[in-house]
Amino acid sequence: MKDDLLELLWRGLLETLYMVLWSSLFALLLGMALGVVLVVTEKGGLLQAPRLHKVISTVINSVRSLPFIILIVLLLPLARFVVGTTLGPTAAIVALSIGAAPFLGRIIENSLKEVSVGKIEAARAMGANASTIIFRVMIPEALPALIRSMTIGIIGIVEFTAIAGAIGAGGLGSLAIRFGYQRFREDVLLSTVILIIVLVQVIQWTGDTVAGRIERKRTRFE
Amino acid sequence: MIAIRNLSKSYKTPKGAVTALDNINLEIQKGDIFGIIGFSGAGKSTLIRCLNRLEEPDQGDIEIEGRLITQCTPAELQQARQKIGMIFQHFNLFDSKTVFQNVAFPLKVAGHPEANIQRRVREILELVQLQDKEKAYPFQLSGGQKQRVGIARALVNEPDVLLSDEATSALDPQTTYSILELLKEINRELNLTIVLITHELDVLQHICRNMAVIEHGRIVETGPVDKFFLNPESDTARRFVKIIEYYREQRIVMEGVGAGI
Repeated sequence: MKDDLLELLWRGLLETLYMVLWSSLFALLLGMALGVVLVVTEKGGLLQAPRLHKVISTVINSVRSLPFIILIVLLLPLARFVVGTTLGPTAAIVALSIGAAPFLGRIIENSLKEVSVGKIEAARAMGANASTIIFRVMIPEALPALIRSMTIGIIGIVEFTAIAGAIGAGGLGSLAIRFGYQRFREDVLLSTVILIIVLVQVIQWTGDTVAGRIERKRTRFE
Repeated sequence: MIAIRNLSKSYKTPKGAVTALDNINLEIQKGDIFGIIGFSGAGKSTLIRCLNRLEEPDQGDIEIEGRLITQCTPAELQQARQKIGMIFQHFNLFDSKTVFQNVAFPLKVAGHPEANIQRRVREILELVQLQDKEKAYPFQLSGGQKQRVGIARALVNEPDVLLSDEATSALDPQTTYSILELLKEINRELNLTIVLITHELDVLQHICRNMAVIEHGRIVETGPVDKFFLNPESDTARRFVKIIEYYREQRIVMEGVGAGI
């Protein structure tokens, strides 16, 4: 073991966590908005607008069809505009947020769609308006499924972060490429891989625990 | 009073328009328990769902307690719906909310102050005999209990009308009986108009005073329930009554009464 290993890993991990945290936050907010809009604008939805739905859906599909590494390159000008540089973790957050949002939007849409039409109808029959139905019925009813979807999304962002590392974002991915691959540092390569695996496990475990706790509270027999 | 005038509704399908309701005219008096009966696909569900515009009618008027429902703007419709309770075949309770929160929901929608909500929810839970279940979640309840929560939720904001969309069709006979008794009691105590749709003759016979028979989207017969059983005029009514008579004859034969033993 070379003596710079721990320091390298520590810095890489912090950068990765920094990127994952912020881009998850932004991507979840954006994805939530996209998911809700997709569900309510659908034909027969709460505020149906089939054309708008089609436009948003097409944009989401287009962004999702690009390989992430190309999307980052395409978003470099935007990153420069927002944070003033195209290098480093902060610049990567711009691309990560926008790159992951459409994916999150889709899986959030799917989770929200699981809420039965009957429940939404019951709320309509009570005279509830659209925002009450979205925030007080659809989202709470879908919460365990939403948390599971978000877990998948955040793990996707960890993956994207590693890819972004290959083109100058920093973090564990960058470490694995620059040291592990280009400088034949197998110890770095192996350690980064292990760290990423642990990180993903922790995220998955947290998501499962939170979702499971909510489900158990709702279904427990007394 | 509820007045339905010249109500029509059709659905667009790939094969063309299908008429679900064809020029419906009905009057339902305040305090009545009015049953609408028909076979599957006759249009009874569409009809009751038009009353609070969960389905938009193509033409015609609906008036409930002097308010023209069909002329309401979206905001007015939300207001009007707060005074039209509805219960459903599959209960449609919110699984994320406790019994208390489910019943409190319509009051929150209507903007009642928190103190009133507490008092009112407890009051209505007592009426449906679920005061000990207020902290339970819907998953923890039996079908009959769920429908009681549904009824409490529909009545908590003191509606003028209760719409029942096959509310007992998913329940066993004994539970159906207790739910019907509850509805009867509520009708008597609150003088609440109840409109229910059903395909079960027992339900009609048990609680309804007046009824209408719907067939292919048309009202083919209407009047007091007794007339339906004594003197059925429409094809649907005759078929329903024939089913009852068939079983009655079967019973006579099986029990040996008809054979004079």
